Amino acid sequence: MAGDARATQPAGWLSRKRKWLTSQLRHLRSGLRGFLRIMRANPLTLVGFVMVVIIVSVAVLVVLLPPIGQALVGHPVSILPYGPNYYPSPCPTRIVTTGNYSYPTCTLPPSTEHLLGTDNLGRDMLSRVMAALPLDLAIGFVVTAFAALLGGSLGLVAGYWDQPRTIKGAISVAILRLTDIFLAFPSLVLALAIAATLGRGTLPTVLAILLTWWPYYVRLVRGEVLVVKHQPYVTAAKAAGLSDLRILIRHVIRNILEPVTVYYTLDVGTVLVTFSTISFIGIGVPLDVPEWGNMVEYYQTQNLMGIAPWTILAAGGAIFVTVLAFSLLGDGLRDVLDPRSRRALAQAAVPTTVAAPAALGEA
Amino acid sequence: MGRNRSDLVIFVGKRLLQLVPVLFGVVTITFFFTHVAVPNPCAAWTKARTPGAVQACVVTFGFDKPLSVQYTTYLQNLISGNWGTNSVQQPVLPSILRAFPETLELVFASLLLMVVLGIPLGVVAANGAGRWPDHLVRTFYLSGWATPTYLGGLILAIVVGPALGLPYTGDFSSAKPPGWEIVHMSVIDAMLRLDPGALADAILHLILPATALAFLNMGIATRMTRGSMLEILPMDFVKTARMKGLTNFWVLYRHALRNSLISTTTVLGIAAGGLLSGTVVIENIFRWPGIGTYAFNAIIGYEFAETIGIVIVFAVGVVLANLVADVLYGLLDPRVEWR
Repeated sequence: MAGDARATQPAGWLSRKRKWLTSQLRHLRSGLRGFLRIMRANPLTLVGFVMVVIIVSVAVLVVLLPPIGQALVGHPVSILPYGPNYYPSPCPTRIVTTGNYSYPTCTLPPSTEHLLGTDNLGRDMLSRVMAALPLDLAIGFVVTAFAALLGGSLGLVAGYWDQPRTIKGAISVAILRLTDIFLAFPSLVLALAIAATLGRGTLPTVLAILLTWWPYYVRLVRGEVLVVKHQPYVTAAKAAGLSDLRILIRHVIRNILEPVTVYYTLDVGTVLVTFSTISFIGIGVPLDVPEWGNMVEYYQTQNLMGIAPWTILAAGGAIFVTVLAFSLLGDGLRDVLDPRSRRALAQAAVPTTVAAPAALGEA
Repeated sequence: MGRNRSDLVIFVGKRLLQLVPVLFGVVTITFFFTHVAVPNPCAAWTKARTPGAVQACVVTFGFDKPLSVQYTTYLQNLISGNWGTNSVQQPVLPSILRAFPETLELVFASLLLMVVLGIPLGVVAANGAGRWPDHLVRTFYLSGWATPTYLGGLILAIVVGPALGLPYTGDFSSAKPPGWEIVHMSVIDAMLRLDPGALADAILHLILPATALAFLNMGIATRMTRGSMLEILPMDFVKTARMKGLTNFWVLYRHALRNSLISTTTVLGIAAGGLLSGTVVIENIFRWPGIGTYAFNAIIGYEFAETIGIVIVFAVGVVLANLVADVLYGLLDPRVEWR
C-alpha cells in the first residue's frame, strides 16, 4: 500500500495526503475525547496532569526567559527573584537561642520578601529551588528516555526474534541473561558504586542511573511484544510479505507504545528521586550547582533542621511535589490501561469507557 | 509438570542453578568496573600518604599485577570461601554475616507494617472505588512513593523521633557486651537472652526506621490488594455471601480478602528484594548497624572486596525473594503447576 502511494501522480498523492491528514485529525479528536474521559474517571489524574503542566512550564520559563529577555530588552530577564547563589554581604541576621547559647544566623523565616525564607548564607530559597527545577526535571526525562530506548530496543529484539536454535534466538537469549544479571543488582547500590568510582559530578551520576535502569524496560517491552506478535494483524503483515523491520515499526512498536508511555511517566519521578538520593549521599552533583538532593544534604549537615527547617522542607518538598505530580498522572493512566482495573472502573460510580486503542482504528 | 512435591523440588533446584551464572556475572561486572575505574585505591586507603606506604599497600593487595591475574585470584578465593579483606585487613565475609541479619530484621519489620497497614487500606480503597476513600488512600500511598527516602528518614529521625520520645539511633540504647548478640537480630537476641528490658528497648529502636522503610513502599501492598479486590468483589461467591446477610466487614475481610491475598503475597515477596536497596539510605540516617550502613561506608571508602561482597549478598537476596514469591504463589493457588 505504501509503495502504491509513492508511485501515484502528485495530484493523487495530495488528495491522499489530505485524507491522511483528516484521518489523523479524527484520531487526535478521539484521542482527546478519551483523554478527557480518563481525567473525568479519576480527578486525581487530572490534578497530576495539571501539576505536571505547571512544573514543566516553570522549568521552561527558568531556562528560556533569560536569553529571550537578553534579545528583547538588552538585559537578561528571569522569573527567579534572586540568583541561585546570590547572597547579600553582610546578610541580614536574626538571633537564635538554643539552650544557653545565642548566636546570629542568616536564616530568615518565610516572609513576603523571601517566600520560602533564606538559608544559612542568606540566599533566597525560592530562587534556589526554582533554579534547580530544570536540571532535576531534565535528568528525570532524559535519563528515563535513554533507559527506555536502550532497554526497549533490546526488549524488542529479544521479544520478536525468539525462535530457539537460530543466531537471532541466541542473541535474544544472551540479552535476557544479561538482563537477569542487571536485574539482580541492587540498583541503588550499583548506582552508588558507579557514581563513587567515576568521581563526583552530574555526568557520572546520570551514567550510573542509566546503567541500572534499562533492564526494567527489556522485561516490559519483551512481554508486550510477545503478546502483540501473535495478533492476527502481525500475521497478516507477514503474509503480505512485509519486511521484519517494517512490521516492527509499523505494527509492533505502535501497539506497545501505550504501556511504555505509562511506565515512562511513572519512572520520571522515580529516576528523579534516585538522582537526588545519590546527590544527597554526597557523591552526585557538586554543591555549587543547585540541586534538590544536595541542598537537603548541605542544609542537613549544617544542622538547619532545628533552627531553619524551611530550608530542608523547601528542597525536599520540591522533590515531593514533582514526583507526586508524575505519580498521580502515571498511576491514573496505568489504572485505565490495565484491563483489570479498567473493568473495575467501568463498574464504579462514573461510567467510563476507554479510548479505542490505536490498533482498532488501524485494522 | 505437576504439583507433586518432587516437581517443587525440581523447580526450586532449577531456579537455584540459574543463580550461579547470575552471581558470576554480577561479580565479574562489579570487579572489572571498580578495578578499571579506580586501578589503585591505595592512595585513598593509606593514611600516611607517603610513596613508601602507598607502594607497600599496592604490593600487599596485589594491585601491581595484571587485571586478569587479580581477577582469577579473586575468583579462586571467592569460591574457596575467602571473600577478601578490606583496607585494614579485616575479612569481609564475617562482617557481612554479622551485618546482614540486622538488615533482615529491619526488612521483616517493615514488611509486617506494610501488611498490617497496607492491606486494610487496599480493602478500604477497593470498597470505595472511584469515591473519596479511594482517592484518599491513593494520595496516601503515592505520597509515600513520592517522598525521597532520605527526606522521610530525616523528618522521622529529627522531628518525629524527639517529639514522640522514640529512640532514633542504633538498635539498642547501650552497647551490648561482645558475644551477647547471638543471631544479630536485636529483637530475637533479646528474646534468646530472656531480657525483657532489652526486648522493649530493641522494639522501640526498630519502630522509626521500619516505619520509614514501610511508608515509602506502602503503595506496593495497597495497590495490589485494591486491584485484586476489585477483580474479586463482583464475583458470585461474594454476592452469595452478601445475600446470606453477612455484614459488610465479614464479606470484605473473610471472603473477598482471603482470595485476593494471593497476588499481594507474591508482590510483597518481590518487594522484599527491593526493600534491601532502600536500607542503604535509611540505615545511614538511623545509624542502624546493618548491611546498608556497611555498604555505604564501603562505597565511599573504595573498599572493593567489601563492595563486591555486598553486591553478592544483595543479588542473592533479590533472587531468593523472587523465588520465595513464586513458591508462595504456587502454594496458595492450586491451579499453578511447577515448571
